[in-house]
Amino acid sequence: MPERLAMTALIAALLALPGAAETISPEKADELRHLLYQDCGSCHGLTRKGGLGSPLTPEAMEGRDRDGLVEIILDGLPGTAMPPWRPLMSEAEAYWIADYLLKDTVQ
Amino acid sequence: MTRLAALLMCSVLAAPALAQELRATGDLGVIVERATGSVLIVDQSERAAIGRVEGLGDLSHASLVFSPDERFAYLFGRDGGLSKIDILTQQVVGRVIQSGNSIGGAISDDGKLIAVANYEPGGVKIFDADTLEELAHIEADGKALGLEDAAGRKFVFSVWDTNETKIVDFSGAEPVVTTLSDIGANPYDALVTDDGRTYIAGLFGEDGLSAIDLWAEVPEVKRILPHYGRGQEEMPVYKMPHLEGWAKAGDQIVLPAVHHHEVLWVDARTLEETGRTAVHSQPVFAMARPGGRHVWVNFAHPENDTIQVIDTMTHEVIGEMVPGPAVLHMEFTSRGTEAWVSVRDENKVVIYDTTTLEPIGEIEVQSPSGIFFTARAHRLGL
Repeated sequence: MPERLAMTALIAALLALPGAAETISPEKADELRHLLYQDCGSCHGLTRKGGLGSPLTPEAMEGRDRDGLVEIILDGLPGTAMPPWRPLMSEAEAYWIADYLLKDTVQ
Repeated sequence: MTRLAALLMCSVLAAPALAQELRATGDLGVIVERATGSVLIVDQSERAAIGRVEGLGDLSHASLVFSPDERFAYLFGRDGGLSKIDILTQQVVGRVIQSGNSIGGAISDDGKLIAVANYEPGGVKIFDADTLEELAHIEADGKALGLEDAAGRKFVFSVWDTNETKIVDFSGAEPVVTTLSDIGANPYDALVTDDGRTYIAGLFGEDGLSAIDLWAEVPEVKRILPHYGRGQEEMPVYKMPHLEGWAKAGDQIVLPAVHHHEVLWVDARTLEETGRTAVHSQPVFAMARPGGRHVWVNFAHPENDTIQVIDTMTHEVIGEMVPGPAVLHMEFTSRGTEAWVSVRDENKVVIYDTTTLEPIGEIEVQSPSGIFFTARAHRLGL
């Protein structure tokens, strides 16, 4: 039953990647890219070399944990200027941003 | 057209401001195009762009100051670039990469020194305004910010990580630094009032702000508005408020609150609170129009499409406009008749009549952020 097998595999993949449970449309991805570049850029810099916020360059992202990044994005870092973005974005969106930052590392 | 005429035409086009076309700079301005590393030179009277200067690096959070003759703009880029732009010839006439990461600068009251605040390595570097030669490096153990000029070839700045304010006196051959410690947790920006007397640092890490009387024989730190946020729920801050030399409105100083959706008013002499105004969202800039009759306020992401106008006598919001998505900055013409407003995500600057609060013009600008008119050249603390 290849279909069931595929379904099982898909479910397993979804469980392993909680952020991927909700798909991000291309339009939403554009919005998130814009947000990351422009608004995260206020503190992290347009080139992500950092400012009041930490650098988010490929070097800085090297070896960072995906779930850890998502937690910082959603809940902020108390005692620093990093605010919690949970009121403004879903978990899936936060995973998309974390993946985008991590993927940039590989390239 | 003869070949000669064509050649002449070419040379005129290539040199936008030859000496024979005399023009003054008093109604010019420079708008930062943050995403493209360029600035637009604008003419306030024409309400139009007259040129663009490119190749200026990472201009997120870029700002600039003007030389006393209003001819040169010194642009402070995020990537540590310090560029000197001739706004008449529209050319970069000097450029140094002076650090890895910087956050604004200032020009001394005599126009001879340019200071730049740096995050990495932390501290302030001071340059000769003519040559951009480095004259001094005032080191700090953290991110330097809130850098302002003060009377008598002085600069004042604060340090985010170490909760210090440093006063740099460069009236002699070498800079003399006075450090004031424990000014409060995480100063994030600062201002000097236009009389050059009061330096106020906003605090991100605790309630209240810190003020320093720069006219005092021995300047001391005084906490002001120590209770303004106490007991209220702290709201997330998606963009840091900015404090600026436009804060003085008559005999009051107006300040954006941080973590709270309020604008705060203090008496300019006693520094006691005189009122609060509830506003649309987290304020970023609260700027008094020249003369101080009204204050215009813009807001942090995500509610940053709106501007509110507050009456400084009643502290009431008397107007609200929605220029468009991502309003980043506002600048008044020198006597306050117009306000120019950056709308980043619609690639435009909208011009408002400050009496009717109606839009009266628009200029196409790529991802505009800071707008700077040359009249700033003649004010302390800008």
